[in-house]
Amino acid sequence: MLEITEGSYAVAEAVGKCRPQVIAAYPITPQTHIVEALAEMVANCEIDADYITVESEFSALSACLGASAAGSRVYSATTSQGLALMFEVCFNCAGMRLPVVMSIANRALGAPLSIWNDQQDSISLRDSGWLQLYAEDNQEATDLHYLAYKVSEDHSILLPSFVCFDGFILSHTYEPVDTLTQEQADSYLPPFRPFQRLDAADPISFGMYAPPDYYMEFRYEIDQALKKALSVIPKAGGEFGELFGRDYSGLVESYRMDDAEIALVAMGSICGTIKDAIDEMRDAGKKVGLLKLRVFRPFPTKEVKKALSGVSSVAVLDKNISLGAKGAVALEVKDALYGSQIPVYGYIIALGGRDVRKKDIAKVVSLAEGGKGDLFYGLREEVLK
Amino acid sequence: MAIGTGCSARPGMSRNNKTGSWRVFRPEFINEKCTSCGMCRIVCPEGCISENEEGLPVPDYDYCKGCGLCAEECPSEAIEIKKEEK
Repeated sequence: MLEITEGSYAVAEAVGKCRPQVIAAYPITPQTHIVEALAEMVANCEIDADYITVESEFSALSACLGASAAGSRVYSATTSQGLALMFEVCFNCAGMRLPVVMSIANRALGAPLSIWNDQQDSISLRDSGWLQLYAEDNQEATDLHYLAYKVSEDHSILLPSFVCFDGFILSHTYEPVDTLTQEQADSYLPPFRPFQRLDAADPISFGMYAPPDYYMEFRYEIDQALKKALSVIPKAGGEFGELFGRDYSGLVESYRMDDAEIALVAMGSICGTIKDAIDEMRDAGKKVGLLKLRVFRPFPTKEVKKALSGVSSVAVLDKNISLGAKGAVALEVKDALYGSQIPVYGYIIALGGRDVRKKDIAKVVSLAEGGKGDLFYGLREEVLK
Repeated sequence: MAIGTGCSARPGMSRNNKTGSWRVFRPEFINEKCTSCGMCRIVCPEGCISENEEGLPVPDYDYCKGCGLCAEECPSEAIEIKKEEK
């Protein structure tokens, strides 16, 4: 049923329909509404889950780790500094192969303190072994949770997932969202079937010590499983499309790319603005298209290469910066196009909530046309002095 | 040994890892001075000291890391720490 809902509430609603058995989270702006709503659902007995209140994000994800190892479907949500505090546990969840699903309402990282949106938080955990899915709008943000559980819990994957959506821009925006009914959700997402679990009657330990002659093999196995998700996500996303009409079989999504000369590459809510900007540029005769990344980890190198093979230049918009290098997405796109003659220009944009409008997208395209890239877009010179 | 998904392991796997090889100092038990108080067994962090029929301590050098706690705590100074010779 289509309802006008705040992004956070829509996500909470979808998570509830995924039937999590244990939820542990710590409130942090702009994620708070999600866990508030879930706490209310638990208190009202609307969902059959244990809600563990904790004193920090480190404890929140640790509780999820333990509950997942004990065989429960678990959920958490966080952002920014909260995710930074979970750093160690994130690597442990992946290493212990626990299919935790966590929402990230993307927010900038301090210092300086910023509660506003960019994607530095989740991008900074790109090497942790978690799947990273990015939503363009609230409909996608909710749907990706079902997909995340489905893929994470697949016994050939067994890795945790971040479902990322831009803080405030999506989390606090009211949009029409079609929420699945419980029956629909159940038809897509079966009950959690743990691959192995903690059981006092049949004891097992997770994430044990690995000396130098074993450690590399464990890392290799995680890498292999993550790469396997490149084929499991399209299958699970396609199945979602068949059932509910919204197809997520693409790791990437092309918008007006068929005859595009300049391709923009981006992830998250900025893609909506880009699509409108492209329509205007197209009306003015500019052949511009968008390649939207829905999946950042595992990185769909092959799909990106294929989608960009016919363009004459590529402009990558990064809401993050790998300080001292480039934007994380630009680095990956350059890697995907290595060996081709297509120039890739990276633009660091919209950090810490800096607004991006259609005219900014048009300016980025002009910069790429002029061969100017690898820069911070929209710096205020008067502030820099 | 094949590796378990998520580096999972059944109980008792640490028995295969004979940490005694890490030892630099080795506790030597002087039975003549021993009063069989059992302190060394209690304080051993590895739990690798047992007791024989006469009540005397028997170390398991497969797992003794040579921390020296037993010698430090022994009220009768019946344990001497010597440099391990390999």
